[in-house]
Amino acid sequence: MSPGTRIIEVRQNVLKQNDLVARALRQRFQDAGVFVVSMVSSPGSGKTTLLEKTLTLLQPEFRVAAIVGDLATENDAARLARSHARVKQITTGTLCHLEAVMVQSALEGWRLNELDFLFIENVGNLVCPSSYDLGERMRLVLMSVTEGEDKPLKYPTIFNSADVAVITKMDLAAAAEFDGAAAHRNILAVRPGMAILELSAKSGLGMKAYLDFLRSRRPASA
Amino acid sequence: MHELSIAINIVEIAEEEAQRRGGLHVTAVHLRLGLLAGVVKDALLSSYGVACEDTPLRGSRLVVEEVPGIVYCPTCAAGRPVRSSEWFCCSECGSIASEIVQGKELEVVSLEVEE
Repeated sequence: MSPGTRIIEVRQNVLKQNDLVARALRQRFQDAGVFVVSMVSSPGSGKTTLLEKTLTLLQPEFRVAAIVGDLATENDAARLARSHARVKQITTGTLCHLEAVMVQSALEGWRLNELDFLFIENVGNLVCPSSYDLGERMRLVLMSVTEGEDKPLKYPTIFNSADVAVITKMDLAAAAEFDGAAAHRNILAVRPGMAILELSAKSGLGMKAYLDFLRSRRPASA
Repeated sequence: MHELSIAINIVEIAEEEAQRRGGLHVTAVHLRLGLLAGVVKDALLSSYGVACEDTPLRGSRLVVEEVPGIVYCPTCAAGRPVRSSEWFCCSECGSIASEIVQGKELEVVSLEVEE
């Protein structure tokens, strides 16, 4: 430090602003009685396919909507529109993750109390989204059987920040020589006690258990 | 690569603080960065320069103090350093230990300002 300079104390969490917005969102969601579930995974794990099926299958029973984040294109929103649920796309440009303030602006004009479930699909990325609280009640981390059983060990921070692990594309498990026991072991290594679901949105395998799980986690009052 | 977003946040925090104190000239920002915060130091340092462009902090330095990761080992019943950010295991006995005690820090600690 050169003469003439002095130090002033700040002590502020860099993500404080995001955390404050996320906290306010969480309160709003709770007050409105909407159960908010976010999804994170690497690109190509099947978030959009699972989300499309989720919206379609929950709709007869619940009022559902989704916010999807993507770097470019509105393709995901177009795919999800087929479910006839309310969908809003956030195009993040070069940003590799969603932040709470983006969710906040995407919700402008929405009446949250008219919803039972709101899904937030994050940008396909297993690194950056882990630092950003979006105000969700439950975070799902997806990994597909083709990605390798050691994924949780390679990206422990994101698995550690999630509440539930969902193994997708189970219809390809045999072809990919997927070792389920190893995958479970690795998930539990980075997050002991984590709930693990296995499914295929394409074949329908495990979808009932997954939907029951979502129903059971949504508080009756919400 | 969310380091640029983080760098922009850091610059904003420093700028606000400097302004709040009557428009001080900031020459350096001191940051505590945990090993398990999910932020790469080198990427953050290079992003910082970009984030400072066109702000009063242009030309300032980012000084990073790295904070080691510590997890609670249920076998040893003690806090233990992690071997790496990719392996949440006790460095003494190898047990799986996923409860993070330290290492998520991402905090602007102080500013160096010119008198």
